[in-house]
Amino acid sequence: MAKYIIKRIAMAIVTIFAVATVTFFVMNMVPGGPFMAEKAISPQAQAALNEKYGLDKPLSVQYTTYMKDILHGNLGLSVKQRGRTVNMIIGTKFPVSARIGGMAILAAVMIGVPLGSIAAFKRGTMIDNIIIVFSTCGIAVPSFVVCTILMYILSLKLGLLPTYGLGSWKNYIMPVMALALYPSSYISRLMRSSMLDVMGQDYMRTARAKGLSQLVSIFKHALRNAILPVVTYLGPLLAYTVTGSFIVEKIFTIPGLGSEFIGSITGRDYPLIMGTTIFLATLMVIMNVLVDVAYKFIDPRINLK
Amino acid sequence: MSEYLVNIENERLSFFTPAGEVKALNDVSLHLREGEVLGIVGESGSGKSVTAYSLMGLTAFPGRLIGGSLQFNGHQIEKMTEKEMRKIRGNEISIIFQDPMTSLNPVYTIGNQITEVVMLHTSKNKQQATERARELLTLVGINEPQKRLNQYPHELSGGMRQRVMIAIALACEPKLLIADEPTTALDVTIQAQILELMMELKEKLGMAIIMITHDLGVVANMCDRIAVMYAGKVVEYGNTDDIFYNPSHEYTKGLIRSIPKLTEKEHNKLIPIEGSPVDMLNPPAGCPFAPRCRACMKICLREMPEYTDITDIHYSACWLLQKEEFERQLSQKGDA
Amino acid sequence: MPKNKLSVQLNVEDFLPASDAERESLTVMRKSVGFWKDGIRRLKKNKISMISLVVILLVFILSFIVPQLYPYSYEQQIRGSENLAPMHYSQKEITAMDSGESVFPHILGTDNLGRDYAIRVMMGSRVSLTVGLVASAIILLIGSLYGSIAGFFGGWVDMIMMRIVDMIYTVPDILIIVLLSVAFDQPLKALAQRPGFQWIQLIGVNLISIFVVFALLYWVGMARIVRSQILILKEQEYVTAARALGASSGHIIKKHLLTNCIGTLIVTTTLQIPSSIFTESFLSFLGLGVAAPMPSLGSLASAALNGLQSYPHRLFAPALMISVIILSFNLLGDGLRDAFDPKLKD
Repeated sequence: MAKYIIKRIAMAIVTIFAVATVTFFVMNMVPGGPFMAEKAISPQAQAALNEKYGLDKPLSVQYTTYMKDILHGNLGLSVKQRGRTVNMIIGTKFPVSARIGGMAILAAVMIGVPLGSIAAFKRGTMIDNIIIVFSTCGIAVPSFVVCTILMYILSLKLGLLPTYGLGSWKNYIMPVMALALYPSSYISRLMRSSMLDVMGQDYMRTARAKGLSQLVSIFKHALRNAILPVVTYLGPLLAYTVTGSFIVEKIFTIPGLGSEFIGSITGRDYPLIMGTTIFLATLMVIMNVLVDVAYKFIDPRINLK
Repeated sequence: MSEYLVNIENERLSFFTPAGEVKALNDVSLHLREGEVLGIVGESGSGKSVTAYSLMGLTAFPGRLIGGSLQFNGHQIEKMTEKEMRKIRGNEISIIFQDPMTSLNPVYTIGNQITEVVMLHTSKNKQQATERARELLTLVGINEPQKRLNQYPHELSGGMRQRVMIAIALACEPKLLIADEPTTALDVTIQAQILELMMELKEKLGMAIIMITHDLGVVANMCDRIAVMYAGKVVEYGNTDDIFYNPSHEYTKGLIRSIPKLTEKEHNKLIPIEGSPVDMLNPPAGCPFAPRCRACMKICLREMPEYTDITDIHYSACWLLQKEEFERQLSQKGDA
Repeated sequence: MPKNKLSVQLNVEDFLPASDAERESLTVMRKSVGFWKDGIRRLKKNKISMISLVVILLVFILSFIVPQLYPYSYEQQIRGSENLAPMHYSQKEITAMDSGESVFPHILGTDNLGRDYAIRVMMGSRVSLTVGLVASAIILLIGSLYGSIAGFFGGWVDMIMMRIVDMIYTVPDILIIVLLSVAFDQPLKALAQRPGFQWIQLIGVNLISIFVVFALLYWVGMARIVRSQILILKEQEYVTAARALGASSGHIIKKHLLTNCIGTLIVTTTLQIPSSIFTESFLSFLGLGVAAPMPSLGSLASAALNGLQSYPHRLFAPALMISVIILSFNLLGDGLRDAFDPKLKD
């Protein structure tokens, strides 16, 4: 087990390293550097700026400096937001996104798992069909469509919820709903097929032969086996939530890391783009490692080399 | 009431599938006394497993019992509620399945899976149940029981897993153990061990066994009585000696004939039973074995044969027996 | 149980031996069907899949054929007809109609530049479909190639290739797409000025970045599936070889390849299409898709956000369209998978 964890961490580090490298070189493919979009500035000012941001040194030196900085957790200075480091920006914006994202993931699991299980249990009945229909639609509708429809109905037409900002708890409802729709539908379908699979297994028959009730069999024997694919999905789920946040934050005007990232793209704030990319990538890689380890705890069979 | 531990009379069971009604059991009758070993022999689809499962109320959806009386240990099974059935499953009547690899839950330890059934049917606490689990593992011949309790199914070999299944089945000292092809998935040498173990335990605990198999070699050694099933009917029933030395039904004869003998000369061909199994969606009107029977008569195609006693234990469902009787009556009439 | 008293009347003829013909008449064999015929038959029975197929065909007609016949084009700005509600006419158009000209109605009104919205939605749909199909084709090609090589050669080749796949899998795709779009922006714009590369302007720099990223990242799922299929086939290959069938093993591989692999590939690709369309619309919504004035369902929806209160139809039309497209492909893919899954045989 320990060997496995070490291997996974090692691979994670390599991946993050690769992502950082790719990010760096891609950003430097852009001709002219970060100040191109600015109004014409004097060569001296340009040189001064270049020196401040270390852009006058050869690429290889820039690269090593950057990598060293990352290792120390320093993601550099924002170019557009003078005086603020990337770390600061991420530090203030990320918790906002994390809160919404976290709630969405929690909601998705807490809705998807029971619904999928019920659908499997009541296979072929009306309940099952309803759940299938809703979850199939849920994975087909793109998040921006969901967001805008929700906003239109709940905000503009019914006036129940505010359209932007994070004033009160009410502001959280629509973003979380919008973000959680796709994953909860996906998990519901996943759980259903996984449960159906498990319920047909021989050990379920053994459980009944022992005299266990349906309820106990399901909760004790079936669930733990059936939940495995859902655990595997948690990694991609996080990735989805991160990218989904871009849209949700844009539409509902939420000051989170997602909208910050989008803003940095249009504003060509390269250090911020790079810093955010590396931060998010690291987050996802770590999450994947955690998920893999958790999986091994639940299922003792998995013997990954 | 009953000298019998198990008394199944005229059981009829069908599976209501989208493709139609599959008549899995078509008037099946069986009985068994305490401490006896009954072997149910037949090919896939003959209904042998279905019969056993129905006795435990484990008939899989979309199957349904549509007629007959199932008596076990004083209970009337077909009339019992699910709650009542749960009390006797794993307790008075147990079953071990064919594939030990998939019959144990892979995510729980062996100990967990044994103590589960102990704590379900007795008032033992966790500690006592674990102690009992250890006892059981020793009983079924597993060494280092303490170590095994904490292991997972995938860490054990096939033979050991089947022993664990037996341990689980015997945990509450049932009166009847149903063994559904318990050795089919195992190596031949392990097979012998498991069967020996079962006989030992039967003697020790005084329980009855229903042994379901397609392997005549297994029944020859173990069983007191044998029921031969074909297409959802018991076509022949008798003592082991009756069946092996005096088989009556053509199907039984065919089964015995098809066993390769050690003493056979090399160049002799194996003798299979011709034809293929019955389509249970559209079973024929007469005797289900008729198309494959070399002694098939016109009546066999029309009418389901009725049971004819050969001795007071041995009986068979075949028109050939009736033919003899009929001819005898004819000649008697002729005399008169 | 055993009775000796018979419930049936018998006579002598009953006990005559039955002829072979009589016996044969009773054995009814279930018809065996070929794999493809069986699968297609089951697909046809699946009403939802059939409806989805029809819907997809309709969408295709709407996206590719109808625009060719439509009186308006997507970039055509009609002065005086800005911000018309659906089925309304501008003053100019009313005057024209009064004087006898026939003016085709704006079924979905116009946008703020006087462009007919219906045709823009149809063109947007065309763009989304094209991107989805082309991207899926790229994924299919690269994925199958990569997966086949890894699976076929096995050993350390396989191991290295799969490690790379694992790493790519963990990389967050959207981030890379965004990065690449930003990075390619300038260089591709410069390239587009050069002769022979004008088409870049038409499609848009962003779209090319999307295709590049699809080619770089999204094929990994397909590669894994193809690889596992090849591995299964290899098992069968060895078995066949062991039976020393010689030359016919090649024939058998081809036969098995066709049935197993292609079935899975069709299903996977069909399910990949809506996923690609989803990604494209997502990026377009963020402003990283096709260049204006060419519309994409995502960019149309994004633009409609501002006027949501006054012109809700501008959002709902593309939103509905894209949901329908994605849903139909998903349902069709599900149907295909159920139809060709041998485990579900009746």
